[in-house]
Amino acid sequence: MTMPREESNHAIITVIGRDQIGIIAWVSGRLAEYHVNILDISQTILNEFFTMIMVVDLEPSTLKLDVLASTLEQEGDNKGLQVKVQHEDVFKFMHRI
Amino acid sequence: MTITFAREEIQQTINMIHKENLDIRTITMGISLLDCSSDDIGKMEKKIYDKITKNAGRLVEVGEQISARYGIPIINKRVSVTPIAIAAAQMNVDEMVRIAKTLNRAAREIGINFVGGFSALVQKGFTSGDLALIDAIPQALSETEFVCSSVNIGTTKAGINMDAVLKMGNVILKSAQLTADNDGIAAAKLVVFCNAPEDNPFMAGAFHGVGEPDTVINVGVSGPGVVAKVVKKYPEADFSELSNLIKQTAFKITRMGELIARAASKALDVPFGIIDLSLAPTPAIGDSVAEILENMGLERCGTHGTTAALALLNDAVKKGGAMASSHVGGLSGAFIPVSEDAGMVRAVEEGALTLDKLEAMTCVCSVGLDMIALPGDVSAETVSAIIADEAAIGMINKKTTAVRVIPAIGKKAGDRVEFGGLLGGAPVIAVHPYSSKLFVHRGGRIPAPIISLTN
Repeated sequence: MTMPREESNHAIITVIGRDQIGIIAWVSGRLAEYHVNILDISQTILNEFFTMIMVVDLEPSTLKLDVLASTLEQEGDNKGLQVKVQHEDVFKFMHRI
Repeated sequence: MTITFAREEIQQTINMIHKENLDIRTITMGISLLDCSSDDIGKMEKKIYDKITKNAGRLVEVGEQISARYGIPIINKRVSVTPIAIAAAQMNVDEMVRIAKTLNRAAREIGINFVGGFSALVQKGFTSGDLALIDAIPQALSETEFVCSSVNIGTTKAGINMDAVLKMGNVILKSAQLTADNDGIAAAKLVVFCNAPEDNPFMAGAFHGVGEPDTVINVGVSGPGVVAKVVKKYPEADFSELSNLIKQTAFKITRMGELIARAASKALDVPFGIIDLSLAPTPAIGDSVAEILENMGLERCGTHGTTAALALLNDAVKKGGAMASSHVGGLSGAFIPVSEDAGMVRAVEEGALTLDKLEAMTCVCSVGLDMIALPGDVSAETVSAIIADEAAIGMINKKTTAVRVIPAIGKKAGDRVEFGGLLGGAPVIAVHPYSSKLFVHRGGRIPAPIISLTN
């Protein structure tokens, strides 16, 4: 079993909530502001529920992961959106052997 | 670059954490106190306080950082220490109480939830330190907040020390009496073991075994809600399929523990010990082991079939967990604490689950009779006899068993007790009215069992 690569500073951002105009604009705007690089983005709407999954690189960022997480979580909350930012190792460890 | 995870995988992880109560129950740092010994109680108190606060001073901070980084709740941060009866073998009863208070002060200073290890291992007999510690338990637990205590009274290799069993019946009763105003909370911080593991991160039974390194990180993972959901989702699955589904789920849960343990070990520069994958319920709705059993097709936990269902669950959890981590240890399996599990509480209230059935269930689950409120007029001898039965199951079956019962002073079967927080609340359960007094007063040891001729 390999140890997680220390240099990886990728995080997964998930946004779930009722669809509204400007969700992606808001998230990507914030990320640009904090110098977080978006690597991939996927988005669907299921039964009026907006779900977005984004892979980002925090390497160039001015913010640490936990600060970014609480910032987006709080702002998302005000818009009625559930926003989570988690280091990608969580998903790697759980779903990859 | 493309997303390397399927949408379903990401969604599943998020659901486990936010809807199904997946959490890291505890990061427990084991700390050896073997180098803290002194003939002078004042010096010894200082050494213990300094060693704990120095080594575990950043435990809470690191736990919170890791929790934020990975987006997984870490419920408790704890410390376990060398059994105090060994580390402070030269002390008398009053000095033992002082050491418990020192542990409590250190725990408060570093902000942890519990400190375990006010413990003695007496399966074959007592040292003077063991006797002092055991006599100090009721006062120590009733006058501290964070200290947990455990006493190992039997092993498969040594048999059962029935003198210790008799003593512990009295100690449990006295602990409950001293905290009668709080529904006997001191007894909820005390567990009596047979075959106690030396690397268990869960309370009240955590202590730092003498074969362990100076410091170590052990992590306890939980997640009955996640398993309950999976079992519910596949009502048609036969037992082979069901077992596989539980194994896969246990694997995923344990991987989270592995990730957190490695991160904590690195951040604190303390070696990683083990992951304890135990399905540890909480009073939260949906975070229940009873619900898993009921989802398998039992109308109520405790009815016929419950033992078989629990056996399958416990085994599948161990199998999935064993592959997911480089080191699995501790108790690993399914816990059945009554007051901490809303489904168990309901089953007791409705008369589906009795003390006798719980005892049968402990033959196949990971620990034993846990968080059970007994009538306040229960005799010390009856408590001792309950301990003896449970220890016999552990001794013969080569497994860990334990008893954590709380005599509810002034209450009778059917009344309710409330401990609050993770400990929950429960109805008082009936015990048999017939006396075991002559039996437990015989004294001596029940010899170690033969390991062959297994029928």
